[in-house]
Amino acid sequence: MARRVWALAIKEFLVLLKDPRSRVVIIVPPFLQLFVFGFAASFDLNDVPIAIYCEDPGVDAQELLAGFRHSRHFDERARITRDAEIAPLIDSKQVLLVIHIGPRFSRDLRLRAPAVVQVVVDGRDSNTALVSLGYVHGVINRFNGEFAAREGLPGLPARLETRSWFNPNLESRWFIVPGIVGLITLVVTLLVTALSVAREREQGTFDQTLVAPFRAGEILLGKAVPGFVIGLCEASLIVLIAVFGFGVPFLGDLATFYAGLALFLISAIGVGLMISSLAVTQQQGLLGAFLFLVPAVILSGFATPIANMPPFLRYVTLINPLRYFLVILRGVFLEGAPFHLLIDQLWPMALIGGVTLTTAAWLFRKRSV
Amino acid sequence: MKASADLPMGFARRWMRLRGLVRKEFVQIMRDPSSIAIAFLLPVILLLLFGYGVSLDAEHVAIAVVVDQPSDLTASFTGGLVRSRYFNPIFLPTMAEAERAMRERRASAIVRLRSDFAEKRLRGSAPIQVVINGTDANTGRLVAGYLEGVWTAWLVEEARASGGSVVVPVEVEERVWFNSRIRSRDFLVPGLIAIIMTLIGTLLTAMVMAREWERGTMEALLSTPAAIPEILLGKLIPYFVLGAGGMLQSVAMALWLFEVPLRGSFLALLGSATLFLLAALGLGLLISIVSKNQFVAGQAAILGTFLPAFILSGFLFDISSMPAFVRGITYLIPARYFVAILQTVFLAGNVRSILIPNGIALFVMAVLFLGLSRLMSRKRLG
Repeated sequence: MARRVWALAIKEFLVLLKDPRSRVVIIVPPFLQLFVFGFAASFDLNDVPIAIYCEDPGVDAQELLAGFRHSRHFDERARITRDAEIAPLIDSKQVLLVIHIGPRFSRDLRLRAPAVVQVVVDGRDSNTALVSLGYVHGVINRFNGEFAAREGLPGLPARLETRSWFNPNLESRWFIVPGIVGLITLVVTLLVTALSVAREREQGTFDQTLVAPFRAGEILLGKAVPGFVIGLCEASLIVLIAVFGFGVPFLGDLATFYAGLALFLISAIGVGLMISSLAVTQQQGLLGAFLFLVPAVILSGFATPIANMPPFLRYVTLINPLRYFLVILRGVFLEGAPFHLLIDQLWPMALIGGVTLTTAAWLFRKRSV
Repeated sequence: MKASADLPMGFARRWMRLRGLVRKEFVQIMRDPSSIAIAFLLPVILLLLFGYGVSLDAEHVAIAVVVDQPSDLTASFTGGLVRSRYFNPIFLPTMAEAERAMRERRASAIVRLRSDFAEKRLRGSAPIQVVINGTDANTGRLVAGYLEGVWTAWLVEEARASGGSVVVPVEVEERVWFNSRIRSRDFLVPGLIAIIMTLIGTLLTAMVMAREWERGTMEALLSTPAAIPEILLGKLIPYFVLGAGGMLQSVAMALWLFEVPLRGSFLALLGSATLFLLAALGLGLLISIVSKNQFVAGQAAILGTFLPAFILSGFLFDISSMPAFVRGITYLIPARYFVAILQTVFLAGNVRSILIPNGIALFVMAVLFLGLSRLMSRKRLG
């Protein structure tokens, strides 16, 4: 049996790799995506364009503004003198924030009445707005600390000492890049497996395979092997690029990572073969792969956390293999999580793989006779 | 046709042929309902999925709270955490247990008040130790911001209780324009419409031409007197109608289901949507003409349009913070311009300085993709 499966797997490999166009589809887009997305997918902001509207010529106001000018987060694009100038700048997205220091700023500051800095922010992108307001608070807090120390003001009764584990500078690239390993592995595996049966059905070679002395399970296994091997190779390569190209730390052990990867590939292949045995045409196979892929990416926690979803969607995520693999990836990359902390992520993938492969085999037998 | 009677014969014949081609396409669409499913069912499913599934608003974040020596003072601080809708505090007796909770992903942050909290508070500055799980950097940053909010409110409350007033030298007064509740859904849903329509527009046409080549019906079409532009238009018009239907349906869902305000005019929305749809359909046509193979066409449609639109359009990730070469790539993505227009038309209004340049860019892309499709398809058998 092993020899027959092997022969089938070799044939599948040849079909995939002999056609130059499908070879390109399997190899080029994943790596292009890794590079483009690795650099693009980030919630961090650099050089937020700001406008400064200062009505106070005093030294204190200038000192506060210097804090904004020297911050690497902000980039001063305009200096304005009237209220009416605020709206056009923000509407046209020339600036994201306007920092407004009123004429009474220095006086209030000296009188120990809280001096107010007004910040107008473009809320069209609420996340960018929140992140940039966080940067504003950072600049103001630093100013407050220095001012209080210099003037001998009583310190605040309590202060926050914030540290962050696993990602000390809170770089979102460290969060996104391990996720891309999972995303691309899923896309490639699914494309390789989901279209394999439909392509043969359309080309008419499927009947030939069926009359050959193979059992349905063997044919299916022969189609699973290339997906597994290609997925394994691409995932390993992407991990290397993530570590050496993007500088994301890999603190965990490789055995845990490969255990997770193997189970993830099995579950992804199960889904792909299920789609494959249902699809009559390649178009249906592709649509099926797509209909699985999009929800799987959205409901995985790849870009936005699962915890933010409404409860019924959170339950839906439980059947998504990518959800578990992403936790494993981030665990082994950033947290150095040991095997026993990830067991709860491993067994659901094994279960999903078992169920989908069995269903695929059943569907395959049912639809091939 | 009465109207065509006084037009030159050639035009009338062309018009007749085009009508025939369009009708043939519609009959084909009706026979194979998968195109209708792509145009109407897919947007509903995707919009529901994304609209509810993609959210950046973290609420009820589980945090571990460790109070080494409980007192009235520590209770007044932790009370603020309990009352905040952003947090769901879990009180744990020791730091070791809190650290384990964080490693097991049961808590996203640890807040610790040490045993000398009350004593240090009297002498001046008591530290509140905060440890954030930085794996998800964006959520980590939001949690840090929310904690700062709770802390500031507590300072004011404490000062009022003790009769004094906290003097913070400079206070920030925030005014968030266009989205004062800072609801991420309000900016995500308009962007989503662009992403979803990118996918549907390209998928609709990409598969169609490739299928005709594979089945050999393209050769049959070529042997008819119909000219290339007529064949292309015959494909484009029916799918434009389908795509426009899907688009209107998505806008209706955004307005009435997700309750996103529409502050600009419907006309601006309609105009930009038309341009965008032409660009997306043109891209789909181009893909199918170049690939002539459903397998490759479909993959190119998904890999080449959907994923870039998701990540590079500014729908979720800020374009101006990307490195220059990636920013350069974003200019090639039609969804980028449409996302900018949609976010502005929905949330800000008819801002000419946004609508006009982005509208022109969409127009150029539509002309480019449709023109290239025309150039690449020659009346020739492969």
